[in-house]
Amino acid sequence: MKRHLPLGLLVLAIIGVQLLTRATDTAFYLTPLTMTAYYSLVIVGLCLLMGYAGQISLGHAGFFAIGGYLSAMLTTKNLVPFKDNSLISLCDELGLLVHGQDMFGSAFTHVQPWAACGCAILVTIVVAYAIGIPVLKLKGHYLAMATLGFGIIVYRLALAFPLFGEADGISDVPGFPLLPGLSVSGDFSSRVSNYYLAWGMVALAMWLLVNLIHSRVGRALKAIHGAEGAANATGINTARYKLNTFVISAVLASVAGIFLTHYNGGIGPSEAGIMKSVRYVAIVAIGGMANLWGALTMGALLNIMSLRGMFGSYDDAVFGAILIVIMLFAPQGLLGISLSATFKRILRRGE
Amino acid sequence: MTLELFSQYLLAGVTYGIIYAIVGIGFNIIYNTTGIINFAQGEFVMLGGMIAISMHQWLPLPLAIVAAVLLVMLIGALVEILFIRWLDRPSVLRMIIITIGISILVREAALHIWGEGVRSLPYFVGNEITTVRIMGARVSPQVLWVIGVCTVMVLALSLFFKYTLQGKKMQACAANRVAATLCGISTKNMVTLSFMLSAGIGALAGCVMSPITYSQYDIGTGLAIKGFTVAILGGLGSSMAAVAAGLLLGLIESFSVSVVPLAFQDAISISLLLAILFLRPHGLFGNKDAADLKEF
Repeated sequence: MKRHLPLGLLVLAIIGVQLLTRATDTAFYLTPLTMTAYYSLVIVGLCLLMGYAGQISLGHAGFFAIGGYLSAMLTTKNLVPFKDNSLISLCDELGLLVHGQDMFGSAFTHVQPWAACGCAILVTIVVAYAIGIPVLKLKGHYLAMATLGFGIIVYRLALAFPLFGEADGISDVPGFPLLPGLSVSGDFSSRVSNYYLAWGMVALAMWLLVNLIHSRVGRALKAIHGAEGAANATGINTARYKLNTFVISAVLASVAGIFLTHYNGGIGPSEAGIMKSVRYVAIVAIGGMANLWGALTMGALLNIMSLRGMFGSYDDAVFGAILIVIMLFAPQGLLGISLSATFKRILRRGE
Repeated sequence: MTLELFSQYLLAGVTYGIIYAIVGIGFNIIYNTTGIINFAQGEFVMLGGMIAISMHQWLPLPLAIVAAVLLVMLIGALVEILFIRWLDRPSVLRMIIITIGISILVREAALHIWGEGVRSLPYFVGNEITTVRIMGARVSPQVLWVIGVCTVMVLALSLFFKYTLQGKKMQACAANRVAATLCGISTKNMVTLSFMLSAGIGALAGCVMSPITYSQYDIGTGLAIKGFTVAILGGLGSSMAAVAAGLLLGLIESFSVSVVPLAFQDAISISLLLAILFLRPHGLFGNKDAADLKEF
């Protein structure tokens, strides 16, 4: 019961906000709110890794970009010139390609969004394992620098390859038809359904993660965070737990990247930039590190403020200042103490 | 590859390499006295160049550079006093996040003060088209200034650590902080001094490199990554090894241009960083047993 109360509150808040925008005729808020949901997905994943497993990652924008860029590239690249390639024709026979016409009426063939999404997630998993195995052996400064390095490499590759649009990024990404009548796209008409889809995914992720941290796995992660050597000595396979957590949070970031790219209809190199990664870390820190609900609350709040342009040209500076102030004066996070105490009080009254 | 091309690449590699080495030494000086990797290290280099350019409006070039270096040293001291001095044994994660925050703030402040434009100091001797011939290569005399000034800095630092009382005190802090305190050395002041010193050498490097590599508000991050690569490559904490590693990285970068496009240059040096972290985290010249005892 205790575990599901915040989840219920989240669902109520999601519905409440939508009804509020409808009642006050401010539906334009739904677009930044939807984008916020996808960024929050990255943040809760990173929170699991940083707060619970205690491993910093300064390269999560890299995973976000891997998902977004691969999905965007596969669904916009015209495969007509390569149709004689045996691999392409095999994909065609399996029904993985979509045939259509571009705006000038010439033939246009691209990968089906579901296939592109699956491919992007698969690549993310492979990359996360390949990077995670060596990187997670490192600690402290070395871990931070290695993940930062990974993020910069992804950023540089996105800038260097014409396939990924270099400095322009990829635009004109088609919508992602999930079910008949439900498609991830920036269409004006599907704004409400996309809002619920995005926040529904956040709620689902939160449900999975909350269950995870209250399970054997979660307790093992906390032990690793507390004292890795001691956890190892009590028979916890620390390397495997850390690695799997890293992969889970990478996949969450990648899924967020895929969906947001289809929603926005494009992706640019700034999504892979270091400042994005630092921003995710900042929000997790503000939420109180080992506090999924804190991270989600602060993530939603700060992202919506940032997307609405409330910080103006001081956007990055605000996040930098927040980082310093929180780490200097309240390393447990803004909500770390107050929110959990409030929840406890509410719960005690309910019993 | 012709001899001219070879020496051209060689000189370019040495020029960049010695700059990376200076940033790497900056990392090492602070790491030795505090156990902190200062992620804002590259920002000192950027500030040095930018402040000198602004000062040059009113002051002659040498004075502008001196003023810039002193000002950046002051900023380094301020950073330490405001953000680090009063923390009681902070965790590594906390320090990483704080120094990253500092680097963002400095960069954003620079963006709002100087804008996005690319600036540069005038050439110390001659102008853009003045060249000298060395081993068949044609280079700007500024390249010699960079190499010369950085070499002098490295030598001066090693003399400082070996023969002056302050230098020896800092060495004592690096070796064992508790023991140094017991000997009556104020470790807190030594930490402030180490921030000033590494800010100062960074700023001076930022000034001499400005005419050829230009100064912009966001050059700090890239330099910090390269400097960190160099510090790790040589073995964290060892300044002389950082020089060798810096030259190595500079040469690898400049010669890589003949194999792969320029756009991949950063990816190469960062891959090198990852490879070193995975395979030899104690560095090329470092000692594994000694590295195991250090705190990261």
